[in-house]
Amino acid sequence: MRKAWIIVAALAVAAPAMAADSIGLVKVSKGNVSIQRGSEKLPAGVGASLQASDTIVTGADGSAGITFTDNSLVSVGPNSVFSIDKYSFDSTTHQGEFAGNLKQGRLAAVSGKMVKQSPESMTIRTPSAIMGVRGTEFVVQVEK
Amino acid sequence: MKALALLAAAALVAACANQPKQVAPELFAVVPAPDGHIGTIVVRPASGGETVIHTAYGAERIKSDGSIEQARMSEGEIKQAFAETLAALPGKPTSFTLYFLPDKDELTPESKVELEKMLAELKSRPLPDIVVIGHTDTVGSLSYNDKLSLARAERVREMIISLGIPAERIQAAGRGKRELLVPTDDNVSEPRNRRVEIDVR
Repeated sequence: MRKAWIIVAALAVAAPAMAADSIGLVKVSKGNVSIQRGSEKLPAGVGASLQASDTIVTGADGSAGITFTDNSLVSVGPNSVFSIDKYSFDSTTHQGEFAGNLKQGRLAAVSGKMVKQSPESMTIRTPSAIMGVRGTEFVVQVEK
Repeated sequence: MKALALLAAAALVAACANQPKQVAPELFAVVPAPDGHIGTIVVRPASGGETVIHTAYGAERIKSDGSIEQARMSEGEIKQAFAETLAALPGKPTSFTLYFLPDKDELTPESKVELEKMLAELKSRPLPDIVVIGHTDTVGSLSYNDKLSLARAERVREMIISLGIPAERIQAAGRGKRELLVPTDDNVSEPRNRRVEIDVR
């Protein structure tokens, strides 16, 4: 019983550090671009850091480009809503998972090291489909 | 009277079933890489089935009535529809490889030149970040080489920090013997595999 409590305490300490792990960086940001993180809306200028579960939102004049830790590149065009439902990457084994979700708008992407290691470890969900990425460059559009 | 109401309800249900639900139109397409490489995507609509697309500008559309159509788009059509999106795509990471003099902490003369090139590449990018990746040859166990490769990467990371690059922009990783430059059997000493790769992105 005491052991279980210790584990819970250890997890509680580890969780904030893990949640703060950067999974990618905004390298291009034009017009109105923000990051929705839980209930917070943060500006997404060049240099902003992304975390798993973040959502990128662009306005009518907005576009953004992101590099992820596995070297995946993703950009979104105007009027887009793109969330990163899951992201993990092991830089030693190259195992990982990238589950993106394009709710609306346009996305272009170049897959990175995890897809090279395990095809379809990157997926893009849309309102009507799931796309598996075997590599490398592709575009997706969800109209309003 | 009750039977009539039931009948009407049944007719209404049937009408609903025949009327396809309106969905947001979607498009998925493969874009050739600048080097000509053509990738592969697999589209699995919620309505079932799957399409494997692996041709240049090969595409699948989900139309507003939910129907699915395979298409081949032109380069011009994609570049027009995705103009702002493609313009925002960050540049591809560039990779540099460094080698050390045998049993020394010092880079080979060629690698010193390579390091200069890396610094030039850093300056050409808007907000560069760097991953230093250590690699080993196949002498020793997997876990031993994972640690050794990370130690080498950390050493090069310190070196780059001493050149004035902010520490928080540089990550270190060890790939051990998982990514050989020159394929060998296990337990083979091969200097070309003992290297450090630097990805600038």
